[in-house]
Amino acid sequence: MSPSAYVVLAAILFTLGSVGVLVRRNAIVMFMSVEMMLNACNLAFVAFARMNGNLDGQVVAFFVMVVAAAEVVVGLAIIVTIFRTRRSASVDEPNLLKY
Amino acid sequence: MEVTTAAGGAFGYLWLLIGFPLAGAAILLFGGKRTNRWGHYVGTLAVVASAVYAVILLLALMGRSPEERTVVQHIAEWIFINKFSASIALQLDQLSIVFVLLITIVGGLIHVYSIGYMKDDPDRRRFFGFLNLFVAAMLLLVLADNYLLLYAGWEGVGLASFLLIGFWQHKNSAAAAAKKAFVMNRIGDIGLSLGIMLIFVTFGSVTFSTVFDQAGEAGDTTMTWIGLLLLLAACGKSAQFPLQAWLLDAMEGPTPVSALIHAATMVTAGVYLIVRSGPIFDQTIVASTVVVIIGTITMFLGAFIGSAKDEIKKALAGSTMSQIGYMILAAGLGPVGYVFAIFHLVTHGVFKANLFLGAGSVMHGMKNRENMRRYGALRAAMIVTWLSFMAATFAIMGIPPFSGFWSKDDIIHAAFEHNIIIGICAVLAAGFTGFYMTRMLVMTFFGKARWEDDQHPHESPPVMTIPLIILGIGSIFTGMALLFWGNIETWLEPVTGFETRELAIPAIVLEGVTLAVVLIGAAIAITMYRRSVAVEAPKGNVLVRAARNSMYDDAINDTIAVRPTYWLSRSLVWADRSVIDGIVGGSAAFVGGLSGRMRRLQSGFARSYALAMLGGAILVVVVMLLVRLP
Repeated sequence: MSPSAYVVLAAILFTLGSVGVLVRRNAIVMFMSVEMMLNACNLAFVAFARMNGNLDGQVVAFFVMVVAAAEVVVGLAIIVTIFRTRRSASVDEPNLLKY
Repeated sequence: MEVTTAAGGAFGYLWLLIGFPLAGAAILLFGGKRTNRWGHYVGTLAVVASAVYAVILLLALMGRSPEERTVVQHIAEWIFINKFSASIALQLDQLSIVFVLLITIVGGLIHVYSIGYMKDDPDRRRFFGFLNLFVAAMLLLVLADNYLLLYAGWEGVGLASFLLIGFWQHKNSAAAAAKKAFVMNRIGDIGLSLGIMLIFVTFGSVTFSTVFDQAGEAGDTTMTWIGLLLLLAACGKSAQFPLQAWLLDAMEGPTPVSALIHAATMVTAGVYLIVRSGPIFDQTIVASTVVVIIGTITMFLGAFIGSAKDEIKKALAGSTMSQIGYMILAAGLGPVGYVFAIFHLVTHGVFKANLFLGAGSVMHGMKNRENMRRYGALRAAMIVTWLSFMAATFAIMGIPPFSGFWSKDDIIHAAFEHNIIIGICAVLAAGFTGFYMTRMLVMTFFGKARWEDDQHPHESPPVMTIPLIILGIGSIFTGMALLFWGNIETWLEPVTGFETRELAIPAIVLEGVTLAVVLIGAAIAITMYRRSVAVEAPKGNVLVRAARNSMYDDAINDTIAVRPTYWLSRSLVWADRSVIDGIVGGSAAFVGGLSGRMRRLQSGFARSYALAMLGGAILVVVVMLLVRLP
């Protein structure tokens, strides 16, 4: 299987993820979609690293995982807090911060 | 070529000429009420001191040979920038000493007269302060050795004139007249300042000697422009057509002011400017022709107005315009005329001051009423005033051997030499002079008494009549003294140049014709006004009404200058409000409105932000790809 198939898969996953972020209202689902985009990127990094024969891409993939872990911690904390006050995890309802 | 000598000996203190009256003005104006009791004596003394020093200077100048009579005293560096330098330096030569003597002696007499004339005025001290200020500025004007310092004096006399015309500022008419004089003089001053700038650009200097030495080297067009600009300045200051309208209103000032400033000295500054700038006007036929034309027009205009006015001072003001027209005409003739312009200026300064002071004396005895239709038969009540007024009247009419005969006759001669039409005009204007002066004399001193019931005419006190007597004697003898004893032609020749040309008509015939024309004018006046004068002015024909309204100069100025200016400023205000403010306010409103719409993008929906981010990211990628394509 050629490495380009992995890149195509990464692109499909990223697209799915971004569509998920845009169309879903539930914060948890959006969050998962973001994770999917991050992991699509990771897949692309690793695939390119393999294609180019150096380890830089794989190292960056680790960084991305670390950042994703930190983001999950902060993001989930925010979602939980919002859920406690509003009894809902919809992202459309908390729209007070506007013009 | 003249030799300029440094100041020394009697000339070492030239600045004192200006210093005395300036100190007097400072004491009187800053001294406040403390100086009320003795202020007028200080003011008079200051001018008399200058006069005495001027006489000493004259004697010292006469002791020198004609080539060494130009004395320059450098006082201080004034402006010194790169190539440009103007210093405070005084130049005394044959021309300035004539002016200095006229200003200080006639000015001194007028100061003495004012002690009596302004006796009951609560502001007499301030009046003398302003008079001293005027004398100082006028002396600066004639003693300056460069155009810029002359300009300072020029503005100084303008200021003093403004202050003195509006001296009785509680009268609306006086305040308005002062403003009018000031504004109309500004128009002339624009000419002077532009002229000086052009002189500097052309010659790289504003000093008289440097400029005149190079006068021949500049182009014709430049010289014409300089000449015309200086002429504009002269028109403003000397009330020449078309800037003449302020002089008649200036008669709102106290009579000694009219005598000193608006007859004897300040209004002749324009003649001084033209004669002083003679080397410039000699280079340009166009400018000097325009000078002659302006002089001729004003000569008739003034005479015409003077013939119809019923207020004694306004009639005299018309006559002043007319006589200055003579001088300007003579000055425009070139070296043939310069000397005679100055000659007439001096004799006119004496006899016109005499006439004004006489008019002031009459008004003093007639409760300050000016209307000649309510005068008449005053000769018995005011013998001294009458006799001196008569002397001055004969002088201005040019009856031999009174002083005006010699000077006016010379101008008429020079005019005939120049151009026969101008010569005929000068003779005709002399006829007008005969008419209006005789009219004034007859209406005031002869005929029947037409006084209002409360009038008790009386002669003025000696402090006023003694200057009148001295000026009256001056009106008789100044002409002869200057011509035969002073040799004014040879005296001024090194400064102004002088030349005579042979005339086809013998001089005696010309004199006879002129005298005949003058006497015809006088005879007409006598027949018209000897028997009876209507107390109310008759309606008169079109010409009389026009002259009585000063040839509608106010209406004309209103139409051609005031209204368009109003219109212009109103449209500018409109343009400012709608166009300029429209652009500024409009762009502010546009930005405000735009941002009002733009902030709607901040909807608070997290998902739309996400979409914007995605769109932005895609855009960045697309741009990057496109840029990398080639």
